[in-house]
Amino acid sequence: MNDADKKRLLREMIFYRRFEDRTFEAYMERKIGGFLHLYSGQEAVATGVLEMAVVGKGKENDYVITGYRDHIHAIKTGAPPREVMAELYGKETGSSKGRGGSMHIFDANQNFMGGYALVGQPFPLAAGLALGAKHKGTKQIAICFLGDGANNQGTFHETMNMASIWNLPVLFVCENNGYAIGTHIARSTAQPSQYKRVDTAYNMKSSQHDGMDIEEVMAAAKQAIDYVRNEEKPYFIEFMTYRFRGHSMSDAKGYRTKEEEAEWEKRDPIKIFSKKLIEAGVLKEADIKAMEKEIDDEIENDIIKFAEESPEPKVEELTRYVLDDNPDPRWIGPLQK
Amino acid sequence: MAETAYWEAIRRAHDEEMARDPMVIAMGEDIGVAGGTYKATSGLFDKYGETRIIDCPISENSYTGIGIGASMVGMRPIIEIMSINFALLALDTIVNAAAKIRYMSGGQLECPIVMRTPGGTAHQLAAQHSARLARMFMSTSGLRVVTPRGPLDAYGMLKSAIRSNDPVIIIEHEQMYNLKEEIPDEEFFRPLEGAEVIREGTDITLIGYNYSVHLCMAAAERLAKDGISAEVVDLRSLKPIDRETIRKSVEKTHKVLVAEEDEAPVGVGSEIITGIMEDCFFALDSQPVRIHAADVPVPYNHKLEKAAIPNADDVYQGALKVMGKI
Ligand SMILES: Cc1ncc(C[n+]2csc(CCOP(=O)(O)OP(=O)(O)O)c2C)c(N)n1
Ligand SMILES: [Mg+2]
Repeated sequence: MNDADKKRLLREMIFYRRFEDRTFEAYMERKIGGFLHLYSGQEAVATGVLEMAVVGKGKENDYVITGYRDHIHAIKTGAPPREVMAELYGKETGSSKGRGGSMHIFDANQNFMGGYALVGQPFPLAAGLALGAKHKGTKQIAICFLGDGANNQGTFHETMNMASIWNLPVLFVCENNGYAIGTHIARSTAQPSQYKRVDTAYNMKSSQHDGMDIEEVMAAAKQAIDYVRNEEKPYFIEFMTYRFRGHSMSDAKGYRTKEEEAEWEKRDPIKIFSKKLIEAGVLKEADIKAMEKEIDDEIENDIIKFAEESPEPKVEELTRYVLDDNPDPRWIGPLQK
Repeated sequence: MAETAYWEAIRRAHDEEMARDPMVIAMGEDIGVAGGTYKATSGLFDKYGETRIIDCPISENSYTGIGIGASMVGMRPIIEIMSINFALLALDTIVNAAAKIRYMSGGQLECPIVMRTPGGTAHQLAAQHSARLARMFMSTSGLRVVTPRGPLDAYGMLKSAIRSNDPVIIIEHEQMYNLKEEIPDEEFFRPLEGAEVIREGTDITLIGYNYSVHLCMAAAERLAKDGISAEVVDLRSLKPIDRETIRKSVEKTHKVLVAEEDEAPVGVGSEIITGIMEDCFFALDSQPVRIHAADVPVPYNHKLEKAAIPNADDVYQGALKVMGKI
């Protein structure tokens, strides 16, 4: 990785943090409704993994799919941030035309195949994307980001088994932040090391890594992605991470201690990477300050402005997109009498 | 024209569509090497291989989900679920994913999957193998639900379902797989929408779908002997429902009965009769009647089972009631 890339990646992570911070404010101002799950603290995982995948190249991209904590995965895959913000605002210009909201960001043009609210639901969908890619022989892979809690769903076990027997090119990325809402992993999960749950059970390659150091994430992700793409087999990769904010907006975090939070905040992925780059002389503290200023301006003057000024969907279009809007009468009807 | 069994019609539709389009694949338990519980894919494993006729482990929720994921990137999966009872395990992926992905994505993505499954009672299969459940799927926005009554529709609607861009649930019936009918040798399609008047009459409208269409037809024969001319409407599609065809028939006969094999509360009959109230209440000159299963889990004992599930005689008696004859 050259210095320019390092600077870019640091900037991306800072951008993601600021983006989420700003959605928090907008939520408080009631500009954003519903559930809002922020990614702060886990930035190195999506940024590092997707940096090693094919993203930002439109329809050539690898397929990316995840749960409800999806804003940053969508943006890193290639969804324009202003469209993601507009989606949170429920606007017609949003990624999903205001029909999806925070938990359901989609950008089909960038093969971002969606955020899903049902915990564990994306596992088989991801395997299906991989099955399609393999069938078509496109060399694309599917990348599925889910939390540690999702691994207690039946779909986890069913899908690991099928992905393995059918040799599907899918990378399962487990973002182990230690909690499923307010339940600590030790209280929900017999085997807390998630990567151990697939290796012998489903005969699938797996490994566990630090998810707070982006360089480690990238190194591990590269190996895993190369394996999935070249061998056309699934891989399960686990990253140890932490979410800095509550599960969603109404979370007093009574289930974890201030000490624990402070320990993890020392391992803030942005701090770790900033420190490394400063020590290596790639940039100075002042450069980071300037970066932050530039990012805040972009978020305010471009992204938020776009979301604020965009129109809402028309109520007359309420029932659009339920079924195919332009069905072929040969298959659909009416029945000729 | 050739006399074709229901299962053969399904098999033929699979075969033709798989030969035409390499994106069409079939997935399900025992559909490959074993040839399919209902023989609907027999011989196709040898012809198309294991990557297109995919034998699945007993993981309904996830293999259906895999089919849905594949459909999002251009595949056309036909998923066979051995019994509609087992489709309950896949409700999350069908109802929360397939039915909603087009909408949640603002029309960017679609899930053109076909899910075929038999829903209905056979003989003494007991409570856990006799579910009908049409009412559950027909209440979900974003799905199409069709019920082919015989080989003609089984073939023609499956062909249409594979080509349509929406998720389609095809509800078949354990007791219909061997039903025979002459169907054309050349390729044809039967649309997924539209009810059909399959017997014309002037005195009463009998509405059925799936297996209950046959109960209506048998009852209509008996009614004819009594001098009552019954019109029989096959709904064909439960989602969407063709209210226009129902209205026209009711405006002609002024009397209506709905026959369903499922339990009645919040069922197909409730929906059809509500539609009639809204569309042509003043055309009715007697109370509508619903013929339906008893509100119990389906019993194993054959006498109890018979008492729980409607038959042609129940439809006949119900029609006499509507006619004011009893
Ligand atoms: C099927 C289902 N059950 C329960 C929930 C409620 N729920 C939402 S998020 C969540 C915890 C998931 O934890 P994890 O997978 O570790 O992801 P994280 O939020 O930590 O990123 C739960 C229980 C849900 N959305 N879906
Ligand atoms: Mg978690």
